Amino acid sequence: MIDPPFTLAVAESFLQPMGPVAAEQLRHLKFVTLLTMIAVVPVLVATPLILWRYRRSKPTGKYRPNWESNRVLESLMWGVPILVVTLMGVSLWNMTFRLDPYKELGKDPLQIHVIGLDWKWIFIYPDEGVALVDELVVPEGRAVELTLTTDTVMQSLRISAIVGQIYAMPAMTTKLNFLAARQGEATGMNTQFTGNGFWKQKFQVFSVSREEYEARMKKVQANDLALTADTYALLAVQGTAEEAKKSLNIEDRKGPIEMVLGDSKIFQRVLARYMVEDMTPESQPGSPSYDPTKSPLPAAQEKPMMDMKM
Amino acid sequence: MFEALFGRLTWDSIILVQEFEDPNLNTFITAGAAAMIPLGGALVVALLFWMKWWKPLFEWLTSVDHKKIGTMYIIFAVIMLFRGVVEGILMRVNQAVALNGGFLSSDHFNQLFTTHGTNMIFFVAMPFLIGLINIVVPLQIGARDVAFPKLNQISLGLTAVGGFLIMISLLVGEFSTGGWTGYPSFTGRLINPGVGPDYYILSIGISGIGSTLTGVNFAVTIYKMRTAGMSFMRMPLFTWTALCTSILLIFAMPPLTACCLMLGLDRYLDFHFFTNDMGGNLMNFINLFWMFGHPEVYILILPAFGVMSEIAATFSGKRLYGYVGLVAATMCIAVLSFMVWLHHFFTMGQSTTVNAAFGIATLLIAIPTGVKIYDWLATLWGGRVRFTTPMLYLCGFFVLFAIGGLSGVILANPTLDYQLHNSLFLVAHFHNVIIPGTLFGVLAGIYYWFPKIYGFRLLDGYSRITAFFWAFGFILTFLPLYQVGMMGMTRRTVAYEDPALVPWMVVSGIGSLFLGLAFTFVLLTLWRSVVNRKKLMVPLGDPWDGRTLEWWTPAPTPEWNFAVLPKVDGRDAFTEAKAKGTAYRPIEKYEDIEMPANTYYGLIIAALGSGLGFGLVWYMWWLAVICFLGCIVTVITYAFLPERKKTIPAAEVREIDEAWRRAARESRGVTRDDECNEANQGLARPDIITNP
Repeated sequence: MIDPPFTLAVAESFLQPMGPVAAEQLRHLKFVTLLTMIAVVPVLVATPLILWRYRRSKPTGKYRPNWESNRVLESLMWGVPILVVTLMGVSLWNMTFRLDPYKELGKDPLQIHVIGLDWKWIFIYPDEGVALVDELVVPEGRAVELTLTTDTVMQSLRISAIVGQIYAMPAMTTKLNFLAARQGEATGMNTQFTGNGFWKQKFQVFSVSREEYEARMKKVQANDLALTADTYALLAVQGTAEEAKKSLNIEDRKGPIEMVLGDSKIFQRVLARYMVEDMTPESQPGSPSYDPTKSPLPAAQEKPMMDMKM
Repeated sequence: MFEALFGRLTWDSIILVQEFEDPNLNTFITAGAAAMIPLGGALVVALLFWMKWWKPLFEWLTSVDHKKIGTMYIIFAVIMLFRGVVEGILMRVNQAVALNGGFLSSDHFNQLFTTHGTNMIFFVAMPFLIGLINIVVPLQIGARDVAFPKLNQISLGLTAVGGFLIMISLLVGEFSTGGWTGYPSFTGRLINPGVGPDYYILSIGISGIGSTLTGVNFAVTIYKMRTAGMSFMRMPLFTWTALCTSILLIFAMPPLTACCLMLGLDRYLDFHFFTNDMGGNLMNFINLFWMFGHPEVYILILPAFGVMSEIAATFSGKRLYGYVGLVAATMCIAVLSFMVWLHHFFTMGQSTTVNAAFGIATLLIAIPTGVKIYDWLATLWGGRVRFTTPMLYLCGFFVLFAIGGLSGVILANPTLDYQLHNSLFLVAHFHNVIIPGTLFGVLAGIYYWFPKIYGFRLLDGYSRITAFFWAFGFILTFLPLYQVGMMGMTRRTVAYEDPALVPWMVVSGIGSLFLGLAFTFVLLTLWRSVVNRKKLMVPLGDPWDGRTLEWWTPAPTPEWNFAVLPKVDGRDAFTEAKAKGTAYRPIEKYEDIEMPANTYYGLIIAALGSGLGFGLVWYMWWLAVICFLGCIVTVITYAFLPERKKTIPAAEVREIDEAWRRAARESRGVTRDDECNEANQGLARPDIITNP
């Protein structure tokens, strides 16, 4: 179903799909374009023809100044677009359900929690007890479910070569399900404008073999840096992941920030802060006066969080 | 003391001061733009003294004549278009060289795309269209003015307040960086405590009230002021689209006013409508904004469709094909436009059923839109097509708008929107409908109706070159953006890291220079035409062999429009009168005409509204309170004082009207061969028709 990769380069968009969702989106794009051509091509062809035939300087068609209606033509004019829209409506309906980002793409998908910050993403693997910043590693062929929120303004996560985007919003969670069908590297990014560093908010997605995935997780689990409320508050300062390394005192480490999960409820605590706290300019990440020492996270709430799924 | 007087306004807020403190390319560009405001202002004042134009200026500013108000809307739009085009060029040229960082700083770029969008939608496209509607609709329905002339002036005043605020933000402070959609919580108090979002809220909030009033005004005008015999199904298509636009304005602007007000309460009084915490929810803003925003798209495009309908019929010398179908399609679009707002955020995580339903509703709009394009093509079929400037715009519209429609249908699919939302594909799409749709429509309409209002034609050669540059510049600038959008590039990025994007962005940057050239040619056309106006005069008022009532008056049209209100017994009333030879018959009896006298209400409201907005932005509470109370007092006075009228004596009307009719009867007129040269005095002789 997926074409083999033409090059080993990073897949930037769904024009080089790495998974079934992006592949179907590309196929649907081609289908929609072709179907719409039924209505568009007549205009593109008829415009020059009519202008030529009825040009005033040398017309070749009869002058009919009072012609204003024709039943056959009228039914074609309404009929063709109605037909095209009906066909497309059916396929739109089916595709929307088939590619529902909330639909799991396999049994027991790998659960990953995502927190959007200015201008970086934290990917939390609760089952593995680790967290990565601006890097997402997934095993090839395994269904993945992202649960997203943000601790600043609204963001939107898209890994174009694998799956489309979904908004991440404060105090709420959204979900994005996908599957990488082959090994490779893809670019993921935030597509929703979030300020000065917005254009740098990109991350790499690695789809690797199961063995490589497990080896990588083991390596991260042996890390001495832990994601706790304190280190989280430092990560929440505006800046890229590289800039965050400074405040975490790990400037000398190459590659992405890798952490063990010091607090397994960190994702829930981030969600909880907007339900129980009155945010101040000092405690709100993304605010110009944000101060990591004055931005404590509350305890996780027992009550289930608001889920966008209606 | 200083703080009580000036609020949070300090010396450093003035952009020109920043240039001295921190000179670099970005502050140089902003300082240059800022300097244009005092310099331009001084130049205008000097010109007014030099030419002794103060009196005529006030004559215009206090006028309630719909033609003058329409003209002022269009002049306002052209000034704002200048700024919008320059901003667009800056952004596109920056992106052409922005691999790993261009010459613009991020903060500067963010303000540029925000002002570009806000400015182009609210202070260019809308005033252009409202200006055209003002000028044309009363003439097309055979009325002497709009239903509420003073209210019309106040609407203009409120629009000017928005323009003032967005312009003064160049000089004092900064504008929002949150995009023209201004989503919280990015524009909320915690994240963005500066003046930018306040400028944004107040400029579109205050001018939005003016647009609502315009909607009310024109809906009433079209319902109530039509001349004898002008039933609904005899109204020209442009008037139909103006009616639909008015209805859209009435229902679509209040959600915008509401969400601006609510965001303002969040920012000023610590409310929690859209905040992250305390139960606020940004999704409500997004919904409200697009409940306005989607109908707004059709507010922008429907009048342009109306212009296209008039042009297709006039310049092919033929009745409009499928009048009933076109009216039905226009109404369909107007109604459907309220049912699709959710397609602006398919990616917010709502249920699949909701997405699919709104996706299909969006597809439905393609049906009436397609029908319209087919109807215009059929209008040309069987006609005698003259390739005048408006026709060039129409041809460009057919081809380019079809591409815009295609990309619109693609984006209507939620599954594809997941990929293309927030990308440059989307940016290409809406420019693809707004430039070949709205802008081409407006420019064609200005060329078409210009001689009617000002008495002389625009130079043909210059106008054609202008049309060519717009189309060429558009193709170069925006078609590449479809490609980079599909390659994954998002909108609103000051720089990028993927070298594969560079060639496309360079083409786009070069294209934007052609758009700049096109704008220069708009000004050049106006200037050369004014200089040569003696040769371009069309005093008899019908330069294009027009079909509808507006052409049945001298050019320039007198203040009272029609000496005697015409009676209508068909769709193309003027064409029928010309065919019967009764168009310029002498009239027996003239009567005194009562017209509303000039007033200062619009000016007063504009001044007070500007003070209110500026005071609120800078926390100069005394100014805001005084201006707000002033507005209330003005409106109450306006409502209670009897309307002042001036009477134009029958003798004066008779003199002008008889002279015009006599000249028309004595003139030989021209065939369509001489339409675009000096022989055209505004009288159409029956055309010589060759049949193959």
